[in-house]
Amino acid sequence: MTPPLVEMRNMSISFGGVRAVDDVSVDLHPGEVVGLLGHNGAGKSTLIKMLSGAYTPDSGEIYIDGKKATITNPREARSYNVETIYQTLALADNLDASANLFLGRELTTKLGLVDDDAMEAETRKIMGRLNPNFQKFSAPVSALSGGQRQSVAIARAVYFNARILIMDEPTAALGPQETQMVAELIEQLKAEGIGIFLIDHDVHQVLKLCDRASVMKNGKLVGTVNTSDVTDDDLLGMIILGKSPNKRNSVSEPA
Amino acid sequence: MTDTADLSPPPAETSLFKKLGLDTRLLGMIAAFLVLCILFNVITEGRFLTPRNIFNLTIQTVSVAIMACGMVFVIVNRHIDLSVGALLATCSAIMAMTQTDILPQLLGFGLNHPATWIITILVGLLAGAVIGAFQGYLIGYLAIPAFIVTLGGFLVWRNVAWFLTNGATIGPLDSTFLVFGGTNGTLGPSLSWAVGVILATAAVAAMWAGRRAKLRHGFEVKPVWAEVVMSTLAAASILGFIAILNAYQIPSRRLERMFEANGEVMPEGFTQGYGLPISVFILIAVAIIMTVIARKTRLGRYIFATGGNPDAAELSGINTRLLTVKIFTIMGVLCALSAVVASARLANHTNDIGTLDELRVIAAAVIGGTALAGGAGTIYGAILGALIMQSLQSGMAMVGMPTPYQNIVVGVVLVLAVLIDTIYRKRLGAR
Repeated sequence: MTPPLVEMRNMSISFGGVRAVDDVSVDLHPGEVVGLLGHNGAGKSTLIKMLSGAYTPDSGEIYIDGKKATITNPREARSYNVETIYQTLALADNLDASANLFLGRELTTKLGLVDDDAMEAETRKIMGRLNPNFQKFSAPVSALSGGQRQSVAIARAVYFNARILIMDEPTAALGPQETQMVAELIEQLKAEGIGIFLIDHDVHQVLKLCDRASVMKNGKLVGTVNTSDVTDDDLLGMIILGKSPNKRNSVSEPA
Repeated sequence: MTDTADLSPPPAETSLFKKLGLDTRLLGMIAAFLVLCILFNVITEGRFLTPRNIFNLTIQTVSVAIMACGMVFVIVNRHIDLSVGALLATCSAIMAMTQTDILPQLLGFGLNHPATWIITILVGLLAGAVIGAFQGYLIGYLAIPAFIVTLGGFLVWRNVAWFLTNGATIGPLDSTFLVFGGTNGTLGPSLSWAVGVILATAAVAAMWAGRRAKLRHGFEVKPVWAEVVMSTLAAASILGFIAILNAYQIPSRRLERMFEANGEVMPEGFTQGYGLPISVFILIAVAIIMTVIARKTRLGRYIFATGGNPDAAELSGINTRLLTVKIFTIMGVLCALSAVVASARLANHTNDIGTLDELRVIAAAVIGGTALAGGAGTIYGAILGALIMQSLQSGMAMVGMPTPYQNIVVGVVLVLAVLIDTIYRKRLGAR
């Protein structure tokens, strides 16, 4: 039995006396999509920010490939191939697509100067794969549509060989057609063996895209279920009432 | 992701300026500057655009322009620095005391000892760097707003300078040190031409190297004629500028004194042009280095990214706190460099040196298109902004406009410039 790609054990963090995340454990296997569900303020984004290095937990341990990992900042998270696509996209609006794609990891020439041409060439390659219609390589990303911006954000994660991908409501700002594209992309990444944590409000979306779903309420984990075993009503019950489903559904390994 | 807006081909670029790859904002500023110069030239009956006045304008602009380059980084990163004039005064005081008092006593180096000027300048630059880094630490790591830290710094450093010197004027300064002031230190015609040719060649070479790199990756490039036009324009403006500075003749009495100092007699009818002032040469070097930092280094990329979206920069693993310290350290070093130029130009350290410079520097950066909201700004814009401010001020003085009117006009121009810039940005669809 191979160890899980990621295992977060007994994670807790407080902000000013409020326990935002209280003793939560989740795990993720290669090629698996795990949905994180819950109301606003349930703690799902906070939980995941401890994996991406934006927050440092008060207690709890993270294991990657079965080995204990220390993640105290985004740079360390990246060294474990953890890539995050944030809800707010985390793009610098005044810079163009390739500057954003390589932000913090610029390609440089032998003299140590930033090599814009090489970065643009790489950006053209990866965008050709993800979004062949994308053409605005020299415009600042503020001039791009929501879907185009999302594809830049996803390209950033994919380009740097993410093994663990965190997507925070990746389709929140998108139209139906663009949402479909993201869904197809998730399937594609899954087939490549990447593990994905998908944070979402939309129960139907989670049932469709995810293999398992972990539900949080008031900072605590309500339970983790196989999506094939539950209905959307079961999930809604977990989210709204914080009610654990039947024992037979509560599993921690994928079926 | 599919996007309907993407499916249509990009609109054909019909505009001539776009084909030439020119920045319309820069063109607007150059146009405004030229109109201003011609206007003053007409009113003063041709006295404004003489080699003599242009020479003076450039050396008067240097001190503010050097600091404006640093201010671009500060403002792009969503900070502000109100302490630059005061910091200049402290650096100037420290350097004046180093060369007239400390070095002679400590090492026995006299005022005109060959090592005095270089040690003095190094001490000054170090002081600027340390003070700048300290202010950057307060802003970046202790999270005190830059406005407050530098408002405090404005009072502190202005009065540290006063305290150090007891408010006295310190002079005369080291004779080699004075070379950095402008009139007392020019390269002379031949060296100026050499510098001009090197700069022009480098500019043209850089343009063509950029084109080759783009072609190598198979990117779209400007048509060849556009490159030729731009190369010619760049080379012509550099060499034209040198020609004007060379055309300003050193007054014959001054030449005579120079010959006498060497124990020679001036030949009959001997003339010589001033050429490129060393202070202007320093500004050019600062402008090139700062532009390379802004566009071609990670540091510059991070400054702009952080100004555009601080959270994105932080999440991308950029150490934004350390970045703040670096930016204010650069600002401090440039203040010290300006202090060298300013005190050498005045030939003394005076207690009021650099007064109100913070406002001129911020105005130059803002007129030059630096957005106070952060994320946008250029070095050449700031220098042009400084030049426009200085031309306006000295032009009005030449016309004989009363001082209150001069200040009112400068204030109105500052607000107007930002208004025009705001409208321009809205039209462009950017922030």
